[in-house]
Amino acid sequence: MSAAASGTSKAAHGDVAAKRKKGPGALATAYLVIYNVVMTAGWLVIAVGLVRAYLARGSYHGLYYSIEKPLKFFQTGAVLEILHCAVGIVPSSVVLTGFQVMSRVFLTWAVTHSVKEVQSEDSVLLFVTAWTVTEIIRYSFYTFSLLNHLPYLIKWARYTFFIVLYPMGVTGELLTIYAALPYVQKTGLYSVTLPNKYNFSFDYYTFLILIMISYIPLFPQLYFHMIRQRKKVLGHIEDYGKVE
Amino acid sequence: IFFLQVEVLDAKTREQLCFLDKVCCFCSYTEGKSLRDDEILQNLPVGTTATMYFKDLGPQLGWTMVFLAEYIGPLLSYLLFYFRIPYFYSNRYALSSSPHPVVTLACVCHTFHYTKRLIETIFVHRFSHGTMPLRTIVKNCAYYWGFSAWLAYYINHPLYTPPSYGELQVNYALILFVMCEMGNFSIHLTLNKLRGDGPKGRRFPMPNKNPFTWLFFFVSCPNYTYEVGAWVSFSIMTQCLPVAFYTLLGFIQMTIWAKGKHRAYIREFKDYPSLRVAIIPLIL
Repeated sequence: MSAAASGTSKAAHGDVAAKRKKGPGALATAYLVIYNVVMTAGWLVIAVGLVRAYLARGSYHGLYYSIEKPLKFFQTGAVLEILHCAVGIVPSSVVLTGFQVMSRVFLTWAVTHSVKEVQSEDSVLLFVTAWTVTEIIRYSFYTFSLLNHLPYLIKWARYTFFIVLYPMGVTGELLTIYAALPYVQKTGLYSVTLPNKYNFSFDYYTFLILIMISYIPLFPQLYFHMIRQRKKVLGHIEDYGKVE
Repeated sequence: IFFLQVEVLDAKTREQLCFLDKVCCFCSYTEGKSLRDDEILQNLPVGTTATMYFKDLGPQLGWTMVFLAEYIGPLLSYLLFYFRIPYFYSNRYALSSSPHPVVTLACVCHTFHYTKRLIETIFVHRFSHGTMPLRTIVKNCAYYWGFSAWLAYYINHPLYTPPSYGELQVNYALILFVMCEMGNFSIHLTLNKLRGDGPKGRRFPMPNKNPFTWLFFFVSCPNYTYEVGAWVSFSIMTQCLPVAFYTLLGFIQMTIWAKGKHRAYIREFKDYPSLRVAIIPLIL
């Protein structure tokens, strides 16, 4: 009965967190640098793999197969980031990070891997490309930030490329889920029907449709949050440029 | 009698909203804490000039209305599924009834549970804070109404499968359910009597002659313990996974509340019994 009403809880919590946490210790920083370097390298491998496969085949079709394993490995590896937030060496929200990582993992395993028929779709290439470019920039951003030597170019890239990459990735993801629907319905993949001993049912087809619908409220929120962040982080250029 | 000067400032901009010259009795405030409706200016640690901060909390609803809104949904929606209102299930089952007695029993139990909650909200509980913001209420109602519809759908489904151990399972679960409901009610009565003393004689709840209150020897919030128990027994009675899942979520939330309350008790009372834990005797 003592659930507190929300008020200006976010701002207050942020202040408290800033006072309490002095940032990760030396060991944690070293670990995080290694982690981010490895992830940058991994996504570079995927990028190179895509380019090489394209040059070899001469078409965009079916490039997924050439980077399937590193994609699965490095995207799943991102689950560690949830742990980093939970332990406190990264000052992000566990819930937010968890949500972002799990949605990627979901698309990688529960859609693309599970429904083999969509693997040759071009929409897969669309989101894989978006993810690859985004992650290379993001992980190098974190690496340089941790080493306190962040080149402005990386900062600019991180807060600018998303303007195109985000909608591109979302489009690829939605098209892929949409392509998977008929096969899920036909085979009853991951679905449980009544009657059964535990009186439970789950329709994966309906679940996927609900996921697609959830993009409608979620995507604009995340997108405009990033735009606001961009103004805050990159906004000072305009101040320097002002001559009164 | 002495008079106080009071200035009211906006909490965000710190600009003066109004200035009261000669104030006799009013409510008061210390930096960071919000006032109760009935606090008296004179009794609070301020000098001859008091500064109050005004903060608009947005649309709010009184606690009684909040609980009524939250509980009326599950009460009614479950019944819609029980009577198999047309379009909830496929047409040939419209307005039919289940051949399984456990389904009717589950309806009685569920309806009793929420009716009891509604009655307690109106006649038993006394609330400390005045209100709750509108957004939270919408979220809570969605949770209660959504989940009760979801589990009502399965229990009253034409393809429902009764529990594996039959009548034995149902009867044991029913006994446990009734005991937990009575326990929960006893605790609410006990807490209600405690609050009646007002802020002067603040004590923590203690076990009394009612055997259901003896859980107070072991936990700080036996009302939550009994609530979890009631839902566990309902899960066993219906052998329905959605019910078990809902029970789990409720358990997690109530554990968070119980731990908070437990910590508050320990902080406030130096002689708080050390055997007590938050919600599960000897464990949690």
